[in-house]
Amino acid sequence: MDLHFTADELAFRDEARRFFRTAFPESIRRKGLAGEAMGRADIVTCQRILNARGWAVPHWPLAWGGQDWSPVQFYLYEDEMQQAGVPEPLSFNTTMVGPVIAAFGSDDQKRKFLPRIANLDDWWCQGFSEPGAGSDLAALRTRAERRGDRWVINGQKTWTTLAQYADWIFLLVRTDPTVKKQQGISFILVDITTPGVTVRPIETIDGGHEVNEVFFDDVVVPAENLVGEVNKGWDYAKFLLGNERTGIARVGTSKARLKQIRELAALEFSGDRPLLEDPQFRRRLAAVEIEMKALELTQLRVVADARRHGGGKANPASSILKLRGSELQQACTELLMEVAGPWVLPYRPAGARRNEPGGGPDFAHQAAPAYFNMRKVSIYAGSNEIQRNIVAKAILGF
Amino acid sequence: MDFDLSDEQRLLRDSVDRLIADRYGFEQRKQYAREPDGWSRANWAQFAELGLLGMPFDEAHGGFGGGPVETMLVMESFGRGLVLEPYLAAVVLGGGLVRRAGSEAQKSALLPRLAAGELLLAFAQQERTSRYDLADVATTARAQGDSWRLDGEKSLVLHGDVADTLVVAARSSGERRERAGVGLFLVDTAAPGVARHGYATQDGLRAADFSFASAPAAPLGDPAGGLAAAERVVDEAIAALCAEAVGLMAEMHAITVDYLKTRKQFGRAIGEFQVLQHRSVDMFVALEQARSMAMYAAMMSAEDDAPARTRAVSAAKVQIGRSGRLIGQEATQLHGGIAMTMEYKVGHYFKRMTMIERMFGDTEHHLSRVAALGDEPAPS
Repeated sequence: MDLHFTADELAFRDEARRFFRTAFPESIRRKGLAGEAMGRADIVTCQRILNARGWAVPHWPLAWGGQDWSPVQFYLYEDEMQQAGVPEPLSFNTTMVGPVIAAFGSDDQKRKFLPRIANLDDWWCQGFSEPGAGSDLAALRTRAERRGDRWVINGQKTWTTLAQYADWIFLLVRTDPTVKKQQGISFILVDITTPGVTVRPIETIDGGHEVNEVFFDDVVVPAENLVGEVNKGWDYAKFLLGNERTGIARVGTSKARLKQIRELAALEFSGDRPLLEDPQFRRRLAAVEIEMKALELTQLRVVADARRHGGGKANPASSILKLRGSELQQACTELLMEVAGPWVLPYRPAGARRNEPGGGPDFAHQAAPAYFNMRKVSIYAGSNEIQRNIVAKAILGF
Repeated sequence: MDFDLSDEQRLLRDSVDRLIADRYGFEQRKQYAREPDGWSRANWAQFAELGLLGMPFDEAHGGFGGGPVETMLVMESFGRGLVLEPYLAAVVLGGGLVRRAGSEAQKSALLPRLAAGELLLAFAQQERTSRYDLADVATTARAQGDSWRLDGEKSLVLHGDVADTLVVAARSSGERRERAGVGLFLVDTAAPGVARHGYATQDGLRAADFSFASAPAAPLGDPAGGLAAAERVVDEAIAALCAEAVGLMAEMHAITVDYLKTRKQFGRAIGEFQVLQHRSVDMFVALEQARSMAMYAAMMSAEDDAPARTRAVSAAKVQIGRSGRLIGQEATQLHGGIAMTMEYKVGHYFKRMTMIERMFGDTEHHLSRVAALGDEPAPS
């Protein structure tokens, strides 16, 4: 038992640290570290820098650009990227549709899509949730009907993240309404510019535009866009969602956020001393830091376990990463609001000039939107209640 | 970076687990508790035979050269068995102080006998007003010719009721709460001027109060500079308690899950109710977070850099305290009335867990300590 990294692991960490801190535009990293929203160009720029080095899709099969890394190397890669403020490769591309096509797609689909997915030449978005199918995803009703060598799609998707930037959307659609709900679902790829696709923005409580509704009216898609077998889509979706990524805990991001909170709290005054010297504030900060340390170690245990068992069987502790990771991301946003104090109030619309007189320090304008925005992390990707159901099933068997 | 056990460590864990399985059923434990000392001398002899009592000490002193991970493995298993014997008091604290502060002659005289199960040590530190401050020592030590004499009162000496020799924290100079001037002294409990009053603690273990009236004592190391060693050994004891607590929590969680699967109400197992499922998951999350921090404490307790070590151990104690309280309370609640009874085992775990939170600094104390120490130092 040893908390220290081996010499090889340290060398890899230093290499990753150097790369993430020197090869990416400072302006983007600063946004990342401040927790500000990234634009399409920021994400594309960074993913292409990663891809040029062969680091955009390290977990893919080797033949399609994957890396033969140990679990510790994967951990260090994610941790250093998050701590450097570099946006991660677009997950819809690299951890969702890419691995599904690599595992279940035809050779034509692999050749056509995978290199473009890795390089973010095509921006993908995920069409899973529907107004009537949230946590109960298998209740989805968007239909695809076979007509000759095409599929015709009708229905509606929602919570489609960054669909406004997307070139393609991967969908779960109902292809057989007569069987058990999980058994009549297929996985299909749709060019988002196809006639009949309409993207409508949803404005969220933080004032941002991340998610959308997407409508499908008689959208005609070539038959070869269906992935794998008809009516096997639920299996592919489970594969996609089970693509366990320890990075879901966002420990690196949260560590960077706590560092920022500490720095800002040293600058904000409360009475005649910096907020950082207020013992009550320090205790609240310490409490979150301790939970974070525990989560980081839990994550390292999951990583170490994956190395020992070849990553085959999920460690029950891995389910904790989403639960605690999301709660701690949210706790950080509360601490940041506490640091900002009354300067949380002024609203600055997107695109407003920085350093305008009045209204408090710049960081404070982001504090409330970040707090509102991050409520999502315990809701998306399987709400924390669904996560508890999953763990309960593993523990109790009910 | 790895969390694997060595082959020797695995063997140790398996043999302690087997020992607990064989000798520490809930009914057997009740028998031991009824023995005169509140624990079993036969078990203690068995621990000696297995090498557990000499685990942390050098081979030259009758030990096995084990480190904090070995202690962690023993303590976690002892936690699962809810062991009553004075392992923490005699081996981790008493033996640890001799090891860290004693002269070669003292180590050679005491540690082999401790390892053989022939000598019981205890640490007399707590005073009525010192709370969790190790430097807050009013008991005095004065030199008298070649010998030393102690005067004062000590409380809550864990397993002090049976100790043959005490390690006493006493002040040879300086003001109360001053760091300098605190020394560690060996005192024979049978010596004149030593009065002892033993009693039970809430968790069914034992402790004692002592008063010293010109009691003869021998300094263990520097008679005015023993605090650093005491702090170090207390950090090791906290790491050991964290491991014991993980054993307690794991057992409380396992017992509760088992109960949820078997207890039927409204015509079905109560574990089918989602509200109880989710609460059992929150217990599991708390357990795993605590387990991570107990490992961290064990590994960091060997750290020579005192602030880094203290910060890590305190952080672990905070996590253990919070997780333990949640798991103990939820184990009780999810069971319902049966958990309130002495005849059912879960309450005994809850009681021990609750006492551990108050030992060597409670959650609030350690949270303040982490807060005062500031940011974690960047790893090298």
